Amino acid sequence: MRVLAALSGGVDSSVAAAILLDEGHEVVGATMKLWGGESDTGCCSVSDVEDARRSAAQLGMDHHVFNYTDEFEHHVVAPYVADHAAGRTPNPCVECNRHLKFDVLLQRADLLGFDAVATGHHARVVRVEDGSLRIGRGADTTKDQSYVLHPLIGESLARVMFPIGHLTKGRVREIAAERGLRTAAKPDSQDVCFITRADGRESFLAERIELHPGTVVDSEGSRVGSVTAVELVTVGQRRGLNLAGGDDRRFATRVDVANRTVTVGPREDLNTEVLELEAVATAVSLGAGAEVMVQTSAHGSARPASVTHWDPSRSQLGLRWAEPTTRVAEGQSVVLYGAHGDDVDLVLAGGLATGGSV
Amino acid sequence: MSPTDCSELVDMDHAATTALCDESIAAMEPFLMGTDLTGRGRGRYGNPSGSHALARDAVRALDEAREQVATVLGCEPGEVVFTSGGTEADNHAVTGGMPPRRGTPVCSAVEHPAVLRPTQALGGATVAVDRFGRVDLTALAETVRTIGDGHTGGSYTGGSYTGGSYTENSRAPGVSVVSVMTANNELGTINDISAVAEVVRRHAPGVPLHTDAVQAAPWLDLRSVACEADLVSVSAHKLGGPKGTGALVVRRPHTLAPLLHGGGQERDRRGGTHNVAGIVGFAAALIAAARRRPVSVERIGALRDSLAQRLVALDGVTETIDRRKAPTLPGHCHLLVRGVVGEELLLLLEQRGVCASAASSCASGAIGASHVLEAIGVVDPDVAPVRLTLGADSTPAEVDRAVETFTVSLDRVRSLSRRGAVGGAR
Repeated sequence: MRVLAALSGGVDSSVAAAILLDEGHEVVGATMKLWGGESDTGCCSVSDVEDARRSAAQLGMDHHVFNYTDEFEHHVVAPYVADHAAGRTPNPCVECNRHLKFDVLLQRADLLGFDAVATGHHARVVRVEDGSLRIGRGADTTKDQSYVLHPLIGESLARVMFPIGHLTKGRVREIAAERGLRTAAKPDSQDVCFITRADGRESFLAERIELHPGTVVDSEGSRVGSVTAVELVTVGQRRGLNLAGGDDRRFATRVDVANRTVTVGPREDLNTEVLELEAVATAVSLGAGAEVMVQTSAHGSARPASVTHWDPSRSQLGLRWAEPTTRVAEGQSVVLYGAHGDDVDLVLAGGLATGGSV
Repeated sequence: MSPTDCSELVDMDHAATTALCDESIAAMEPFLMGTDLTGRGRGRYGNPSGSHALARDAVRALDEAREQVATVLGCEPGEVVFTSGGTEADNHAVTGGMPPRRGTPVCSAVEHPAVLRPTQALGGATVAVDRFGRVDLTALAETVRTIGDGHTGGSYTGGSYTGGSYTENSRAPGVSVVSVMTANNELGTINDISAVAEVVRRHAPGVPLHTDAVQAAPWLDLRSVACEADLVSVSAHKLGGPKGTGALVVRRPHTLAPLLHGGGQERDRRGGTHNVAGIVGFAAALIAAARRRPVSVERIGALRDSLAQRLVALDGVTETIDRRKAPTLPGHCHLLVRGVVGEELLLLLEQRGVCASAASSCASGAIGASHVLEAIGVVDPDVAPVRLTLGADSTPAEVDRAVETFTVSLDRVRSLSRRGAVGGAR
């Protein structure tokens, strides 16, 4: 096959390309320039592009740089900022995969006559009994990225390859070292690629939206502390709430950006038995009572729950946890995996937590 | 898009760089290999800064090259400062060396970043251009007058700088330098440097006028078009010479502090051991380009006209510059293509063996927005810029293939590319 390998400049994608070449595919590398603007700093920096280009050269394949900064701004950065402004918790990696890697890049691969796009994600594309394709967890459970890939549902999966999905990260690094790739010992990338560790989320957002100081109150409404930016507080957060006497046993249980108020309470206040999702896309039909495993953050573990209702026309789905569990912040991606048999570790559905799950 | 077989490519990006000409290779060869004075066969490798026989051998070559360059550029040999290329020459001209001249640099809004960036770094001013990319002379006069003509530039007197310090620079009165390119690298539009010089003389007498002639040098006779500029930048690799060498003409009585301080080479205007082979190859390429110019300008101009005429016949393709109204370099064909993502059209052209350019790339290699198009008011997100540039050895067959490939690629990109929600070309 002719495969367009997305090269981030990291070890996973360079080894993915190497594996495809070993399998006899015709492979061309492409690095998506998503960020950096004039200064070319931070993510997708010149040095990452250089690592990608040198890895491609070491592997003997051609390499391109595609400029998707406008698309990235539109589909990833702007929604990230808007979500924070509205007090929601965004998922930029999910949106980047949905709109950039597996939409615009896939389209360009089509345009240029490639059969598939490959990335270095720790995930698998699995063909199930009825012949359809699903996203499955990567073999390295500590590095599994199926959560951030959950929007990939349906036919486009036929043109997606994850060549390192069956490998552990350790084995990936070994392969890179064996082949002398300069990415072999490169550290893993950070969670939100466009926010530098040095400047942080607050200064990034402060340049784009007005951040407002907020009052921290207890469940009775009495003022117990303050925060410098209510937009930066996430439900479940414990630190940084500046509670009287340095109390850190209370958690943010509600964030009301409009009224600049954060409510805190004991951990028990966060517990809930149900979870309502919106913008849900499913790979299978999910009837009421269906038992699933539910993951609510990129590196969290999945917990059992059952489907209470599923309304395809409104893309809304309800879940009941097997055991009361910590509430999920509004806007957070929630991914449903199979609980039984062949469906275990396969993505069944995904959506966003709503604010109405208390 | 398999690993590229370069033998099959058609180069439609000669403005980026062009191959070494035979004359340049022949001139450099004795300095890279072959008989040398020690009998070891290592070429004429002497350092021209020395005084012994090996050094004198290199000095002779350097002197000859300097005379040749001066002849072609229309200046005195002593006015030629050899540099590492166009960017160094531009930086040197704009800053006046290290430490920089006092006062405010002024340049046109469409200058190459090698002029624009140092101008901005020194708190300088940019001047608007017309819709063809030529500096607006009225705006230039206005800017120069506004900043004031109190030129108080420090002068460099063989080691002791008598001007102000770097930090005082932005507060110093007056214009320090005016920089207007001879021809624009993206569009190919040619400025009337004599008219620019007239404006500078009238509104800022004594202020040096610099012109970046890097793109113009292969095509225009700088002895006439740039004769009224006090400082002229030229780069070897644009005209058949090697990369990494070029020159800045510094006409008397203007002087510069060195940008690179070192061993006092180039009459204390540019430190660093001379790139002798490169300089010799540069001089040979300049001579050859000048000799060929009358014929190549006519031949390539006709080829370009044919290329442009056939491409604008395609749906949604227009020439960016109306060449009847503003002269351009003969090799330049700058197009605006409606309804495509420029990067995709260029990728498809490359896939079919034609290398063209959007004329503006960032350090990562991705295609970025063009400050030149913005300055001439082309901000329509629905059109993509594509630059095809011919070289002195471009052939009719290459133009035919470029036209065929462009036609097929445009069809394909329009039929398959779903334009992104963000829309348009970058």
